[in-house]
Amino acid sequence: MTVFDNRNDDDGTADGDRDENNSDGHDTYGTHDAHGVANDGTTDEASDPIEPATIAVENCSLSFGDLSVLEDVSLTVEPGEFVGFVGPNGAGKTTLLRLISGALEPDSGRITIDGVDVHAVDSRTSSRLVSVVPQDTTLSFSFPVRDVVEMGRHPHRSRFSSPTRADQEVVDDALERTRTAELADRPIDEVSGGQRQRVVLARAIAQATPAMLLDEPTASLDVNHQLETLELVRELVDDGRTVCAAIHDLDLAARYCDRLVMLADGAVYRSGPPSEVLSGDALSDVFDATATVTQNPITGTETVTALPTPVGVGLGGEGPATAESATEHGGDVEDGDAATADHRVHVLGTGPTATSALARLEREPGLALSVGPVVATETTAETARSLGIEPLEVAPFESLSPAELTAFEERVRDANVTVVTEGVFESGGMGTESLLETVDDVADAVVVATQDEDRDGKAAIAAAGDSAVWTATPETILEAVADALETGIDGQSTVIGAEPGPGLETESSAGAAEEETRSTATDGGSDSSVVGGSSSGSDSNSNSTLR
Amino acid sequence: MYRPVRTASWSAGLAIVLVGVVIGSAALGPVKIDPITVAMAALNAVVVPSELSFSTATLPRIGVDVPLPGVEYTSVFDFEVQGTHQTIVGDIRLPRIVLAAIVGFSLAAAGTVMQGFFRNPLADPSIIGVSSGAAAGAVAAIAFPALVPLGSLHLSAFIGALGTAFLVYAIATEGGRTPVATLLLAGVAIQAFLGAMISYMLVHSGDDLREAVVWMMGHLHNSTWSDVQFALPVTIAGVGILLAYTREMNVLLLGEEDAHHLGVDVERTKLLLLALASVVTAAGVAVAGVIGFVGLVVPHIMRLLVGPDHRILLPTSALAGASFLVITDTIARLGAIPIPFGPDIATPIVPVGIITAALGAPFFLFLLTRREVHAV
Repeated sequence: MTVFDNRNDDDGTADGDRDENNSDGHDTYGTHDAHGVANDGTTDEASDPIEPATIAVENCSLSFGDLSVLEDVSLTVEPGEFVGFVGPNGAGKTTLLRLISGALEPDSGRITIDGVDVHAVDSRTSSRLVSVVPQDTTLSFSFPVRDVVEMGRHPHRSRFSSPTRADQEVVDDALERTRTAELADRPIDEVSGGQRQRVVLARAIAQATPAMLLDEPTASLDVNHQLETLELVRELVDDGRTVCAAIHDLDLAARYCDRLVMLADGAVYRSGPPSEVLSGDALSDVFDATATVTQNPITGTETVTALPTPVGVGLGGEGPATAESATEHGGDVEDGDAATADHRVHVLGTGPTATSALARLEREPGLALSVGPVVATETTAETARSLGIEPLEVAPFESLSPAELTAFEERVRDANVTVVTEGVFESGGMGTESLLETVDDVADAVVVATQDEDRDGKAAIAAAGDSAVWTATPETILEAVADALETGIDGQSTVIGAEPGPGLETESSAGAAEEETRSTATDGGSDSSVVGGSSSGSDSNSNSTLR
Repeated sequence: MYRPVRTASWSAGLAIVLVGVVIGSAALGPVKIDPITVAMAALNAVVVPSELSFSTATLPRIGVDVPLPGVEYTSVFDFEVQGTHQTIVGDIRLPRIVLAAIVGFSLAAAGTVMQGFFRNPLADPSIIGVSSGAAAGAVAAIAFPALVPLGSLHLSAFIGALGTAFLVYAIATEGGRTPVATLLLAGVAIQAFLGAMISYMLVHSGDDLREAVVWMMGHLHNSTWSDVQFALPVTIAGVGILLAYTREMNVLLLGEEDAHHLGVDVERTKLLLLALASVVTAAGVAVAGVIGFVGLVVPHIMRLLVGPDHRILLPTSALAGASFLVITDTIARLGAIPIPFGPDIATPIVPVGIITAALGAPFFLFLLTRREVHAV
């Protein structure tokens, strides 16, 4: 137990260090909570417990020829922290790891582990500080698994001694922890890819270093081995190691890392807890992709769903929904310039169909979306928020207040098309009927979206009234909305035509309506982000083009 | 089995095989001698250094007096052996057999190191031009003795071998790093160049052509104890140090970056391994000429038997290489019969290099078609 207490003391000091760094302004984020909790005191390890190290990257730049790979990268990894390097291919994740490991030397700047400049010491010294699990190891020869793991002891052994009892115990422990003990006598070239990855991890564990680097530890693994590997790494971190890992899978990175460092074009784009780093705008900036970030209902961590770039079925302008592009691309709509305003679509419903429909509609430029009513904690609401749409939120388990119903009616009336998803029929809950009645009364055109087109949603809504109704599955929602819009525009052209101008004015009036009904409606940024549901996906971009 | 035990038992077994092969070989020849007599005569030939003395010699041409160490040897055993048999075994057959064992030992050890170093199953001891350099030195000494004032054929071959290895290393090294691929290609290029030089010298070697060609094919005839005195210390020292670096060799198999992460000083270790393997090869090649296939095939066979771990592979390969070359040289020695309708040569010579290649190449092809040789 004394060991455990010491570690906690160290954590305390580390926190102090971090604060100093923060005041330096190098590193504005630093999560240092959560870990250490999982250490349940099972410190029956053979060797002395390892004290986690601080990794400091100071203003490192590196270029290969004229190609600049890393530019002035600075970051500090606190003792006992699990930091994930994320970013697109070529962002410099692997290069940064190789710099830290000492395999590459920076053109300028320096890297220290526990104050030791890894490039100034010999490989024996640095290999006692930091171990590396490479992305792929050339293991085409038939060493027994145990011998490969034993190679991790190389920096700790003198030239002529055979392995000591302590060496053996560390190797045994590493085999045990990675659950490769039963493979110990098998030749390494005869074990599966997942097992091999675990063996290499065992080798790094046997190296018993205070810092460990992993390059895409899960890249070639199937899903259960991915989790197994990261669970193990997490365990190592909790036992007192500092770990940096390049991780491609953003969901896994969010789930296991204390902190993410997002790299883009050889520089640190953003650094902080997963919830701060993974956001729709960051992803569209760095990965050049439209993506939603939601909370995984099971793990409670961020889940990233990338969506294909806009396909454009002719609902509006291509690219960012600027006034110019809307004008240019609107010629094929009957009413000329006036009709090039963003079409408004309201989505009613919850659950997978609604979420999926929402995500697909969002990627179509020129559509302004609204959602609701939804319970604030529900996936659909979360998806909407991550797409930059402020949903009409209601409290769970309560019937709609008249104000909420009015707000809903307002939106349906504004919308050119209202999408109703199957969740609405199936819940049969309180207020559903009044919602459907509202839709029937005020909607211009209705698209009924169900997972399976044969379901009786259409019948349900058709029975409710005489609005024009289209049916769709989430896959065909865009086409259905396009069809509905064409007809809807014909029928309601005066309504749209009456709007004074393209885009901007439509938007601000919608924002005003929102503010009336919901005191939670916030700054203008979130409102205009409704328009910004475009390929650029960036709130600030849309704002600047609109204003 | 526990690895040190396994290494020791394999090595001991192969050492016993080697002793048996040596005695068996010494028993064979135009005069048949029974193995017991051979063993006794061989033990009589075992000497240990007993006295160290210095004499002064004057270097030719320079005229400087230098002290020369002189070592007195005394026999350890004194068995009763018939005088002619003692002469045949101790002075004629054993020097050649022991030299064959030493050369086989050094070539197989160097081949093992080079294959591991280059992670290439086709690497052999002369891959960075050691043999070509030795051949160039030897042919120059044979064809143009006036231009090569070193006096000794062995010395000029040895210097040619090491000079070439160093040149290749220097060419391939840039900014403190020596990429293995560059080393390999530089070796190939230098070998091609030296091949041209050797051909030129052969064309102009006149009456010495036959001697030069026989040397280049690898031969052990007319070996003396002084050849053994030259090759033995270099081989023992070189392989001894290499044995201390077997763990590094294993780690280097993972690739240079991984080896660096596991605490191996990659460039320094590479230089050391390359230098030692070259010196050991040069010692063998200098006394015996270019003997092919020992350093290529023997490590592969041993790898199939004991696995890729250099801690066991290196000593066993070296011992097996020694036995292999003794056996092939015995065949060469016994097969030295006049070729029917051939040119009228008093003492026909079958260079051992012909036998090793003639036996080694088909065996290697056999392994290859059985898919048992994949990678290092």
